[in-house]
Amino acid sequence: MEYFLELFMGGLTRGSIYALIALGYTMVYGIIELINFAHGEIYMIGAFTALITASVLAVMGVHQFAIMAIAMLAAIVYSSAYGFTVEKIAYKPLRHAPRLSPLISAIGMSIFLQNYVLLAQTSDFLPFPSLIPDFKFLEPYSNYLRPTELVILLTTAVVMVFLTLLIKFTKIGKAMRATAQDRTMAMLLGVNVNRVISTTFVIGSALAAIGGVLIASHIGQINFFIGFIAGIKAFTAAVLGGIGSIPGAVLGSFILGLTESFATGYVSSDYEDVFAFALLVLILIFRPGGLLGKSTTQKV
Amino acid sequence: MADPLLNVQNLTMDFGGLRALDHVNIDIQQNEIIALIGPNGAGKTTFFNCITGIYTPTGGDILITAPLRSGAASKTERINGLKPNQVTEKGMARTFQNIRLFPNMTVLENVMIGRHCRTRSGILGAVLRNHTMVREEQAVVDASYQILEKIGLSRFVNDLAKNLPYGAQRRLEIARALATEPFLLLLDEPAAGMNPHETLELDTLITRIRNEEKVSILLIEHDMKLVMSLSDRIFVMDYGKKIAQGTPEEIRNNPMVIKAYLGEECDVES
Repeated sequence: MEYFLELFMGGLTRGSIYALIALGYTMVYGIIELINFAHGEIYMIGAFTALITASVLAVMGVHQFAIMAIAMLAAIVYSSAYGFTVEKIAYKPLRHAPRLSPLISAIGMSIFLQNYVLLAQTSDFLPFPSLIPDFKFLEPYSNYLRPTELVILLTTAVVMVFLTLLIKFTKIGKAMRATAQDRTMAMLLGVNVNRVISTTFVIGSALAAIGGVLIASHIGQINFFIGFIAGIKAFTAAVLGGIGSIPGAVLGSFILGLTESFATGYVSSDYEDVFAFALLVLILIFRPGGLLGKSTTQKV
Repeated sequence: MADPLLNVQNLTMDFGGLRALDHVNIDIQQNEIIALIGPNGAGKTTFFNCITGIYTPTGGDILITAPLRSGAASKTERINGLKPNQVTEKGMARTFQNIRLFPNMTVLENVMIGRHCRTRSGILGAVLRNHTMVREEQAVVDASYQILEKIGLSRFVNDLAKNLPYGAQRRLEIARALATEPFLLLLDEPAAGMNPHETLELDTLITRIRNEEKVSILLIEHDMKLVMSLSDRIFVMDYGKKIAQGTPEEIRNNPMVIKAYLGEECDVES
């Protein structure tokens, strides 16, 4: 039972991180129908920013909590700036181009950012400081719930509630939904669509940065390639749940996280990806639009 | 006479080698209801797309003189090449031939989006929720309610737009356009697909909007009964050119117009 719980918590943790990244994919897709392949790199840049900030602050002898907060904030700001800039450079000029062009541009951006970090930093795995302290009250449960896991779960929950409220009730949220449903009409009603798209990239990037910092301090090491793997997994989760749907991305992420965790625990860690992608194939056979996605009928 | 609200001069639009609009001149005075008619493919919708910023015209001038609330004359601006959202900010709102509501948002939210360009708060305000921001949001809700009440849609407020009956969806489009506080409302075939009863309601609604809201109206319409009863003046287009203009009575008897609609008598012998 304890082993099951350990795997379950591990799965939820993975799922949370996937969800934080998958939201960026699905929100951008919902608005401009583009798979932003550079999104995983934004997450990686978030982790690197936090590492650099934390190292500097640690040398200065700042308190652990302060390091955590400042590093997280720095990662969010820096990653958002990257997300904003990537959109302006790589996607905005291609707004009216055929759909394949921005896709290729996105892949190019992803390769560029990976290699940029590889050259500017290093190709080795770097140790990431454990930014999250050991909580005393967690000791009795330490077999299946580590402090980092608790922090990841709580942070993700708070972020999701916040995002839901933002999209449902605020002006920018309404503008985002309107733009997703009919961009031209939104423009004709005076919505500044470019600003809405930028905001979407900034929000998505901020979420990815939070995910990057959390997972890095959970696993304890990072390199320039983590964004690629995490990006592919989160993208899978978004498709699984129905790309373009926000609740879908969250659901897909948790399903993917739990499947991987149980496959690792009960079968073998070698089969982790096999199970994950077999599940994706199965779901797409029976529900091509994803779990919560719209099934579109072609009009003739 | 004061400057026209909308003064379009020599508007030309080429798509490759095809001239969709050929030196079209149209002017609209304050408080007028103007109809733009013509056979299918005459360029009426292209004309709308040009003046609302969806297309950038190849030639000509689109001049607007927005009336100030105080009644004083304001300056004339050339709006060629502005983005659609900027044109809306200047005070021209439009609807489409087919319904383009946001189907998965409520009726109230649809109208609130229309208020978007008249409010300031951005993402920071949404996060911090300061006092001004909350007050502004409440004002938007109130104003949107008022518009829905005037248009007679208040009982649908919280329904999803896609669940409304057809006639109500059409009226919601007009309500949403009104929410942007236009001085000129551009309606593209507002009566398309309506039954005679709904068309009659639309007739009263449009007249009321002109009289009570002081909004001028330019409409494209094929329903001649509606056009003749509503319009102060009519412009007729064919093959991208303006072929006639005048009061409904003049248009009814204009041989050019009859020719455009019914074709020329063909002389078999020659």
